Amino acid sequence: MAKVTVSIEYCKGCGLCVQFCDQEIMQLNTEVITQKGYHPAHCVDQESCNACLNCAMMCPDVAITIER
Amino acid sequence: MTAEKNPILFGRTAGLSEKVNNFCPGCLHGIAQRLVAESIDRLGLIGQTVGITPVGCAVIAYEFYSCDMVQAAHGRAPAVATGLKRARPENTIFTYQGDGDLASIGMAETIHAATRGENITVIFINNAIYGMTGGQLAPTSLPGQITQTSPYGRDVKVAGNPIRVCELLSSLDGVALAQRVTVNSPSNVRKAGKAIRKAFEYQNEGLGFTIVEILTTCPTNWGLAPNKALGWLEDNLIPYYPLGVYKDIKAGE
Repeated sequence: MAKVTVSIEYCKGCGLCVQFCDQEIMQLNTEVITQKGYHPAHCVDQESCNACLNCAMMCPDVAITIER
Repeated sequence: MTAEKNPILFGRTAGLSEKVNNFCPGCLHGIAQRLVAESIDRLGLIGQTVGITPVGCAVIAYEFYSCDMVQAAHGRAPAVATGLKRARPENTIFTYQGDGDLASIGMAETIHAATRGENITVIFINNAIYGMTGGQLAPTSLPGQITQTSPYGRDVKVAGNPIRVCELLSSLDGVALAQRVTVNSPSNVRKAGKAIRKAFEYQNEGLGFTIVEILTTCPTNWGLAPNKALGWLEDNLIPYYPLGVYKDIKAGE
């Protein structure tokens, strides 16, 4: 289990982390709109995260932090 | 125990500044930029690196790195890098250029810096289109590719054939490393990071000109969603620009 944090300051809602998450626990949060006007990504099930870092590897805006 | 050692498995590298980058959502420029910043951080070179930004989407990339940066005239980044490296040989010098900058207006500077064997690293971002100016035909646009200035697809009889930069430069004696990578999947991102680190290491060993070509997407000007653009890159760009090492003077060792 790892903790995935997406910075809504950096996230532009491109959805690449959603596409590359093997656990399918990343989603765009349509209830939040960032300052730049995007729906940011968020992790919907922290318990299932296996810390593969795929989302962080594919994030063009380096918005994702993964902690143990 | 391990949690106490280093709880952060992945975070923003010290090589990047705190600024939010200016790239469009889903543009792989951001990944390439992160890999360069991570490489200079991991090699402990932040204090001694000078980067040169091009004209193009990355024109204000000097805002996004935490190392020193210089902004060069269109296409002239290898010439500025030559001057910097000759004046300050102890510094690590890299240029970060797009295909319009490097392969079009800056082709002369690129080829001559390469054949002189200037001890610099060129990070070449190839997305087969002009990004910042609005999606015009680039020297690297594929045959038949629809752009703003080739609305019926690139006609090679009129617009000529695309340039394969790594293959072209690999024939020159001054080149120490010419490698083409992409960043369209997590495994390819890791391989690209290794290639960039290798290029910086070769430069610091004084082996000569190093170029890493990174195939990226341009979702905005390709007119595709970020995830569809990755598929287009895989189906069209990679077959025309095969990935691999085109020259590596240490490959035999």
